[in-house]
Amino acid sequence: MMKNTGKSQSTVSRRKVIKNLALSIAGFFTPGILKAGEVLEKFQNWVLGENYKPAEHHWGMGIDINKCIGCGRCAAACKNENDVPREPFFFRTWVERYRIFEDGEVAIDSPNGAVDGFKNFPDSDKKIVRSFFVPKICNHCENPPCVQVCPVGATFKTPDGVILVDPGYCIGCRYCIQACPYGARFLDPETRTAEKCTFCYHRVVKGMTTACVEACPTQARIFGELDKKASPLVRFRRMNKINVLKPSLNTEPKVYYANFDMEVK
Amino acid sequence: MEEIIAHLTPILKEITGYIYPNEIELHWGLLVVIYPYLTGLVAGAFILASLVKVFNVKEVQPTYRMSLLTALAFLLIAPLPLLAHLGHPEKSFEIFLTPNTTSAMAMFGFVYAWYLMAVLLLEIWFDYRKDMIVWASESSGLRRWMYKLLSLFSSDLSDKALKFDKKAAKVLTIIGIPSAFLLHGYVGFIFGSIKANPWWSSVLMPIVFLFSAIVSGIALVLLIYMVVTPMRGNKIDMTCLNKIASFLFYAMIVDFSLEALDFIHRIYESEESIKILAQLVSGKLFVSLVIIQLLIGMLVPLIAIAVVKIMDAPAELRRLVYFVSALLVQVGIFSTRWNVVVGGQLFSKSFSGLTVYKMGFFGLEGLLVSIIIMVMPFVILYVLFKVLPPFENPAQS
Repeated sequence: MMKNTGKSQSTVSRRKVIKNLALSIAGFFTPGILKAGEVLEKFQNWVLGENYKPAEHHWGMGIDINKCIGCGRCAAACKNENDVPREPFFFRTWVERYRIFEDGEVAIDSPNGAVDGFKNFPDSDKKIVRSFFVPKICNHCENPPCVQVCPVGATFKTPDGVILVDPGYCIGCRYCIQACPYGARFLDPETRTAEKCTFCYHRVVKGMTTACVEACPTQARIFGELDKKASPLVRFRRMNKINVLKPSLNTEPKVYYANFDMEVK
Repeated sequence: MEEIIAHLTPILKEITGYIYPNEIELHWGLLVVIYPYLTGLVAGAFILASLVKVFNVKEVQPTYRMSLLTALAFLLIAPLPLLAHLGHPEKSFEIFLTPNTTSAMAMFGFVYAWYLMAVLLLEIWFDYRKDMIVWASESSGLRRWMYKLLSLFSSDLSDKALKFDKKAAKVLTIIGIPSAFLLHGYVGFIFGSIKANPWWSSVLMPIVFLFSAIVSGIALVLLIYMVVTPMRGNKIDMTCLNKIASFLFYAMIVDFSLEALDFIHRIYESEESIKILAQLVSGKLFVSLVIIQLLIGMLVPLIAIAVVKIMDAPAELRRLVYFVSALLVQVGIFSTRWNVVVGGQLFSKSFSGLTVYKMGFFGLEGLLVSIIIMVMPFVILYVLFKVLPPFENPAQS
């Protein structure tokens, strides 16, 4: 009898015992993991709203340079909506004024990001050939360099194509600010974490449009779906000659400009 | 917050041309200049040490242990400037726990840990093991226990064990060379891989970083050797010094060639950014790039070392020239780091304007902290020299 017991012990290898043990322990946790999944979904619904499914959307923006009058309402609305520090060093969106003179010289300015519009028109003896305003914003690149370089994954692309920053995770190394070719990011002076345009994600998930689009009096900005046929943005891209900023960098911006001048940087 | 605003407001008046409004705050300042400077010294000092072990350059043996300890002292401090510049240093551990695999910076912790634990500490331990056992037996009290602890309570002094020590140190040096290249080449990659910044974005960046690192590391060990040896009442070994100066010279030639290639390539290609970069180099960076980095930090020491070698100058003059050259090289390489890190942020990514860098004195990112960080490696080195004297080397004799 003793011999038998010894034999049966040796047939169950140590590896098998450990494997079975691991499986049984895993079994204990399965309901917990399933529950965690449920909780996560509930949490997502709580954050995004019951009816918002990120994977069903793909957001972008269209900007018609010809329509922009440089009033800066968009930049001001953004600061209000998103509690962006008022000082002239922190912008999620801003408007640039371009003046191209007869001799080919280009003057660009954006006093206080055009939050107060362009009030004074600097005197110049030179004749202006072309002049226009260009609203700037995070391009929510399809191929975002900022997401690529973030050492901790604090900045990420949502399934609906928006680039966001998790301030709880951001360590403030500012590598993303260096990597952004468009100057769209800044370090929040209060939180010491990276900040940028969120496409007003908190509004978008509730079915609203972005603050800058809503504030624009001339509809120079269009926010919408990139892939849905009924979307005004799709129509915008069909009806206009389109360009993006710095296409050679292959960041594939999702902010599309109509009537884009070669001097726009 | 008020401090930041007070710091940024006067800068508004000094901007020339147009820069994006978010670019007024310059993000990587003096601390991020110091970081590549320090890791460069580590890599360079290690390469000098490897000359003895791997390439069998017997002449520089007197500096072997000194180089290793120098590398260690600087490596221990190298992460401090990075940590201090973070907006949230307390969250830095996330780089280890949840690294983003596509980020060059996320690899920092792993490259650093590998170099410190798997290369430098191990090599030093194997090299000093015999001495530590001997020192433990010769000393008493606390000191005895310190050496016992440092030698990890090993006591085997048999020929076989000593042979193994030597072999292990050699193998570790062989692993260490690519590791040192990785350590500093990777720092170059952090800058070189930023396509948004034409001043940084260059495939040559890691290699230029590497060779400037070797230059600065060799020059630093030469300086330390020349200061410490007379202080201990010993004579400087001129064969050793001449050899180090030769290696410094060769490394500088390679470094200079690479930088010249980078420069010529940029001008020849004349990409979109060339106008603003030309403005940068001929204006805001003229003193630190052309005068300090190129002239004082590179050409003057190169010519000086070449002249004393060709003229077969007397030992005293050679010592003076080597010493001054090595000092100038340090200034030059620090300037190189400055020109890369700060220079790369002085122009707007709109390529339409330039900004300025204003350094504070107090505060985490100010001059004071930077000076403290720069002094710390020397304090550590002093302690290391006391605990593990690199001078007598009974294992080698």
